Amino acid sequence: MTRTAIIALLSHWRRHRLQLAMLLIGLALATALWSGVQAINSEARKSYDRAAATLGQDTLDRLSAPDGVTLSEFVELRRAGYLVSPVIEGNSRIDAARLRILGVDPLTAPPQAGLAALAGDGDVLADFLGSEGLLLVAPETAAELDGTDLPPRRIAADLSPGIAITDITTAQRLLDRERLSYLSVWQQQPAGLPPLESATDLARTTPEDGTDLAELTDSFHLNLTAFGFLAFGVGLFIVQSAIGLAVEQRRQTFRTLRALGLPLRRLVALLATELAAFALLAGTVGLGLGYAIAAALLPGVAGTLRGLYGAPVSGMLSFDPLWALAGLGLTLAGTAVAGGQALWTVARMPLLAPAQPRAWAMASARTLRLQGAAALVLLTLAVILVVAGGSLLAAFGSLAALLIGSALALPPLLIGALRLARPLARGPVGEWLLADARQQVPALSLALMALLLALSANVGVGTMVGSFRTTFTGWLDHRLAAELYVTAPDEETAAQVREIAATDAREILPSASVDLTVAGQPATLIGIAADAATFREGWPLLQAEPDVWDRLAAGDGVLINEQLYRREDLELGAPLTLAEGWRLPVAGIYADYGNPQAQLMIGNAVLSDRYPDLPQLRFALRIAPDAAPALAERLRQETGLPQQAVVNQAEVKAISLRVFDQTFLVTGALNVLTLGVAGVAVLTALLTLSGLRLPQLAPLWALGIRPARLARLEVARTLILAVLTWALAVPVGLALAWVLLARVNVAAFGWRLPMLYFPAEWLWLAAAALTAAGLACVWPAWRLTRLPPDRLLRIFANER
Amino acid sequence: MRDRICCALAAALWLAGPAHAQGYAGLGAEAGAEFAIPRADTSFDFPADHFAHPGYRIEWWYLTANLEGSDGTPYGIQWTLFRSALAPSRTDGWETDQVWLGHAAVTTPDAHLFDERFARGGIGQAGVAEPFDAFIDDWSMRSTGGDDPLDRIALTARGDSFSYDLALTAEGPLIRHGDAGYSVKSLEGQASYYYSQPFYEVEGTLSLPRGDIQVTGSAWLDREWSSQPLSENQSGWDWFSLTFDSGAKMMAFGLRTDAEGTHFTSATWIEPDGEATAYGDGAVTLTTLETGEVADRTLPLRWRVELPARDLDITTAPINRDAWMGTSFPYWEGPVTVSGSHAGRGYLEMTGY
Repeated sequence: MTRTAIIALLSHWRRHRLQLAMLLIGLALATALWSGVQAINSEARKSYDRAAATLGQDTLDRLSAPDGVTLSEFVELRRAGYLVSPVIEGNSRIDAARLRILGVDPLTAPPQAGLAALAGDGDVLADFLGSEGLLLVAPETAAELDGTDLPPRRIAADLSPGIAITDITTAQRLLDRERLSYLSVWQQQPAGLPPLESATDLARTTPEDGTDLAELTDSFHLNLTAFGFLAFGVGLFIVQSAIGLAVEQRRQTFRTLRALGLPLRRLVALLATELAAFALLAGTVGLGLGYAIAAALLPGVAGTLRGLYGAPVSGMLSFDPLWALAGLGLTLAGTAVAGGQALWTVARMPLLAPAQPRAWAMASARTLRLQGAAALVLLTLAVILVVAGGSLLAAFGSLAALLIGSALALPPLLIGALRLARPLARGPVGEWLLADARQQVPALSLALMALLLALSANVGVGTMVGSFRTTFTGWLDHRLAAELYVTAPDEETAAQVREIAATDAREILPSASVDLTVAGQPATLIGIAADAATFREGWPLLQAEPDVWDRLAAGDGVLINEQLYRREDLELGAPLTLAEGWRLPVAGIYADYGNPQAQLMIGNAVLSDRYPDLPQLRFALRIAPDAAPALAERLRQETGLPQQAVVNQAEVKAISLRVFDQTFLVTGALNVLTLGVAGVAVLTALLTLSGLRLPQLAPLWALGIRPARLARLEVARTLILAVLTWALAVPVGLALAWVLLARVNVAAFGWRLPMLYFPAEWLWLAAAALTAAGLACVWPAWRLTRLPPDRLLRIFANER
Repeated sequence: MRDRICCALAAALWLAGPAHAQGYAGLGAEAGAEFAIPRADTSFDFPADHFAHPGYRIEWWYLTANLEGSDGTPYGIQWTLFRSALAPSRTDGWETDQVWLGHAAVTTPDAHLFDERFARGGIGQAGVAEPFDAFIDDWSMRSTGGDDPLDRIALTARGDSFSYDLALTAEGPLIRHGDAGYSVKSLEGQASYYYSQPFYEVEGTLSLPRGDIQVTGSAWLDREWSSQPLSENQSGWDWFSLTFDSGAKMMAFGLRTDAEGTHFTSATWIEPDGEATAYGDGAVTLTTLETGEVADRTLPLRWRVELPARDLDITTAPINRDAWMGTSFPYWEGPVTVSGSHAGRGYLEMTGY
């Protein structure tokens, strides 16, 4: 009996292959997008941990001094018996890529990760210590460095990208630096020694708990996760409609099987097993797809995280069985949710219920009212969360309420809109079209909700990214007002630079910086030429005292970046402690996009007074733009500065914008994918309906409307619904963008951006929505035109 | 992790059997052509030869002492400085090719404490300085006077859980092994320069986890340098430095191959007045009497040592069988007692197990 039942149940899918395909595609897509995002997130997290563990930076104390540690300080401590090991750390610009170089002494280095590639291989160690040197790098870093004249590379798979570990001598050569950056202190020191602090003047620092990177980037990953969930939800819409349809269409089969003696419990069990099998099959395919998506997107994400946060994330994806299990689990759970209602229907079906499919999923007015009420509640909740909550979680909660609320509001609103449009209809066919569309809304509602979500996500994210980019570009123009930026390695070269530049440059703006701890967080204090016209005239501050530049120059105030301002809830005039016994009021706030850290600015002279030993090695040069390249060349030739020490404004801008664009590459890709899934959802719903709609179409055909015209009407109806959905999606998307810009960005990055509108993009999206819906209805409509007349006739003859 | 790196380094040292040494910077079983090679016709020049010989690939200052607490408890200490050159050039600054390795240990009847240090030469972290100070970090073997810098020595080392501070006074002359210090190590002719100061009287303090202990005893310093490690088929050695109650002393070693076991032996007999007689291959025989599990390996615990030319037939037994040096290159090194035709004590080193 069970076997017969299985064969009977499965025969449905043999006859409705397209439906089966839709079910599987929906499940696979939902799994793919979700698991893809998860894979990206977990890979990034792994990278953070690895980066933190490189050279034990997460656990080992350090000894350091403001101007570096000398060789003799190191040797004295060793000769006194203390186990310390020298590290030289610095950035080296190789073409466009930035390479962080960590020079170590493998002979004294504490037990640690990062040097694994040296283990057990004497040849490699000899090369490492040898005169040519050896760089240990991650595989992708090795690829990036291909063709450069750096020392030979050796792949160390456990290293973070963008980092090269090398011998201290090699690092000294590459970074052109004599002094050690710091000494790592072994955790276990030999017996019987006095405390290390008593033996040295170097400052000892203990690494902070937790990885800063993970915290910094949490918001970014939350963002991705939210997108993953959205896509998963959209995918489940497809699944729900496919399962619901399959149950409706098999009512006759169920009745027959039950009449033949198949117990209800077994029938439900069989259907549940069938669903689970589909979920496993499609989930597996989805995992493969998700892995592919993650592999394709990960380099972009890695680029983003590197550009935005300086987080070294590997662009290589590894396979994690736990991830696969979690993905399959979620698919099963999602299928259970999507199919639960259908199974419940079967379980409650009376044994001899009429085997007629009801007009499928025809919702009553009551259902619509319920949906409307739920939508109202959710939208109100969204507003409350946005107004009252200040946290990132509240912001995302508000986003979720907004999106779900809008989706629920869609069917009542569509029906309302179609009612309102009734006076516009001409002739009976027009009226029928609107009335029929209204009647179809409940059946199509899930698919249309999916479309709404995808469209509003597109509008919202597009608006946010567009606003960000426009603001960012404008900000770059102001921030990078000078034509040339020069960094000298020492004071002698710096003097040379001044001398050479003095002949051509309109203004020479020196700057220097010190790292401080302000309000308990690491911060950079930059000394700028506060008297310069470049700043006074050309730099729009977010908020400022009227005489801000004079205050800066006089040392009566400090400029802070927006991040610090928002994080510490400061205001103009609020006193800020920069160092012991040094308090200054906030004189102005400036935008500082793309920088996760607190930053402060003060007059250059004030900074030099405070830190007399601080060398002035950086200069911004104002010069006629067309004279800039010649001066850059002269500076390089006459002072021997390397290529990367003299940077053209245009180059900096290009690099910054490239980093920026990469930042939102993933978001864009996920957007397109979600829209694609929504398109499939619409197609599934329409296909489902096309079979069921024959009783409604047959009378029209009988009244003399040809199948071709009927098909055109079908297309028109779908397009009307798509346009209406899009029209609702735009305001929802704008609301989404506002929450993202005014709430999420502030909480996540510490800056607020002005919201700009991009109507051209909305039109483009309308076109996309119409295309998606159009493509989705072409196939069902075409089938309608090919319908043999006898099928339509039979509707009347043997009305089920 | 670091252990494995250092293992690669230690493999560069002579300590390593060929199995490890092969492939190390191409310096495995054969010396790099540019390194100096020991020659039979050279004679030592003291005190110059107490210092480092950077033209040779490997070198060591190897001191072991049999000590006794005031309650009669036997102790042993080891202090070793190894030098290994990656190339015979670049001797100054960070960019040196000289790598130094220190091993220190204290053995008691129920504990064996040890530690190791690595350093680069050329930066002042390790080396042998004038007038005589062989050092790595705060471990040091420093001359405190005498006609020869090695006559009086202050010896210190400090590990995770122990330290010692000892004063050594030489009561006899330096001893040249083999042919006036040219010591052959295989039938193929691998050789090293090798001399010893076996006549040290010792007193000082051991600082152990349970407290400080005043000790007295005797010590033996080995000095050796070469560019030729073991012959290709040699897998390790067993090395004895023994002091008999009669005042006579003996150095004996046997080199092993995997196939034959001990196959090449050499010994030096030292009269109490310092008169030394060298014995070539086969004169002394080494026989394992008992083996046991130490650090997951099977090691000889008791040896029979026979030198018929001196009517010597003795048995050695460890004071602490667990004197395993679990350093990056591991080996057994510990104090032994001697019984049989001659009674006494000494030190035993077993590598390649």
